[in-house]
Amino acid sequence: MKIAVVVRQVPDLIEPVEIADSGKAVDLEGAAFRANEADDLALEQAILIKEKFGPSAVTVVALDFGDIDNTLYAAAAKGADRIIKIPYDQAQPPAPKQAAAMYAEVIRSLGADLVLVGTYAHDELESTLAPLVALKLDLPFVGVVRGVRPSADGSIATVFKEFPGAAVAKMNVKLPALLGILSADEPPRYVPVSRIRSAMKTAKIEEQEVGAAALTSVATIQRLHHPAVGQRAEILQGSVDQVAAKIVSILREKGVLK
Amino acid sequence: MSSQDILVVAETNRGQLADTSLEMLGAARQIAAGTGGKVIAVLLGADGSAYAEGLSAADRILLINDPLLAGFSPRPYVAVLESLLKTESPRAVLIGSTSIGLDVGPLLGGKLDVPVINGCQSVSVGGGVLTVTASFFGGKLLADVAITAAPVILLVAPGAFRPTEQKGAAQVETKGSPVPLDAGPAVFEEMILPDTTDVDITQQDVLVAVGRGIQQQDNVEVAEALAASLGGALAASRPIVDQGWLPMTRQVGKSGMTVKPKCLIALGISGAPEHVEGMKDSGLIIAVNTDPNAPIFDVAHYGVVADLLEVAPALTDAIKAG
Repeated sequence: MKIAVVVRQVPDLIEPVEIADSGKAVDLEGAAFRANEADDLALEQAILIKEKFGPSAVTVVALDFGDIDNTLYAAAAKGADRIIKIPYDQAQPPAPKQAAAMYAEVIRSLGADLVLVGTYAHDELESTLAPLVALKLDLPFVGVVRGVRPSADGSIATVFKEFPGAAVAKMNVKLPALLGILSADEPPRYVPVSRIRSAMKTAKIEEQEVGAAALTSVATIQRLHHPAVGQRAEILQGSVDQVAAKIVSILREKGVLK
Repeated sequence: MSSQDILVVAETNRGQLADTSLEMLGAARQIAAGTGGKVIAVLLGADGSAYAEGLSAADRILLINDPLLAGFSPRPYVAVLESLLKTESPRAVLIGSTSIGLDVGPLLGGKLDVPVINGCQSVSVGGGVLTVTASFFGGKLLADVAITAAPVILLVAPGAFRPTEQKGAAQVETKGSPVPLDAGPAVFEEMILPDTTDVDITQQDVLVAVGRGIQQQDNVEVAEALAASLGGALAASRPIVDQGWLPMTRQVGKSGMTVKPKCLIALGISGAPEHVEGMKDSGLIIAVNTDPNAPIFDVAHYGVVADLLEVAPALTDAIKAG
């Protein structure tokens, strides 16, 4: 089975999200980046399929944004067979619609039976990538998936789609298809730094040029702003023991503790 | 030429109208007051008649009944809605940012080449322009977006709007699918409900919820000890469940459980909108996080900016000391 996985880098939310002077864009200068979590889970799901459901080849495709080489080498260290980078030299990431066109151009040439993309990325404002890539590739799509089991002959995949209240819909999807992954059958595997370093020496990042993505937006951002912080929360100050005593007092006052 | 009407795509969840649907009707009434249009609620299913009364905040209620709409599959849903958008030409389409909506909204937007805005939290209409405030970057950033195109698809964050008390004309129209449907390549088989042998976190008075700040599985016992000292149960945000450290039955948020305990202590939870949606109505929320800008402090009543691995044991000891 041929599996293609899209991975992206997104700003790390551990750092403050800065707004550019224009007030209409995120200031990414000096921002720290990390692999998009849902894509990481999509990669994990692909590797699990390769390990458990017979011979498969996993190709990872990424746009050259953020520190993407690190994510690609980590993917190789986890078991990806090919890692492909799409050159991209803009300071801002493309909107999902433009990105979808770029990813689809590369993925189309791979002849994949299964394409896995993270259900969301936290920096998406206009639409989401996974369904748009599916449309570009004219593939069936199911998103918000937390587990994939291909049939022995690779003609269908049984997928588990999350619903509220910890319910899961079991669906059968004819392949080829594109799935939006929210979670994998197992947690993402830990890869030691030594193995990533080794992958840097042995794995080759292939570059594939695609047509330039126009950075057009259909919606006009008038203003970006931070939500009011601590509007409701009263921040408790003091040493750890003082704070603990204050919380106990609050719990008593509210009747949580007798 | 688009009308000024607002279309709300309603959903049901285990035999009841989803809260999101009622909240979206509130949002739609706000927009319609500005555009002068009507609010149209549409519900897709095998037989939506039992839900019509709950949608009475709408002026028109379209119940699209077809056996192939009984269980969700993207293709038939999108085919019906694509047809409706062409015939109704609404100014805006409100879809919940739910498991169904996250499939349908972007597919519909892509097929019709119309804008889709994620994470909508508030709306206003002025001078004929619809302005939406949308949350992204895990709730750390808001964007005010002006939309002149019509229709626009708004993926509405659950819990962002209040259900409206206002009543519409509530004219019910029951129809079959406007287009021929087939099951397509993705077929719904069954809904698997959660394991009922685990603790039901929706029924607990006290919850201690852990997030990414717990750092490693061994540290979960720190939170467990605190929960035990309070006679409560342990809950979690999505990353903890994805790691396999706690079962899905303990997950609070969009695709987990919606909880309303008397007291919820959030340890190392940043407060992403998907999580907050499931716990914001808790009676007393105390959050512990090292990040003073964490969105969890917007919803918490009390906050502690500190390491949970120091605060939680100290709190457990203080509770035990009486």
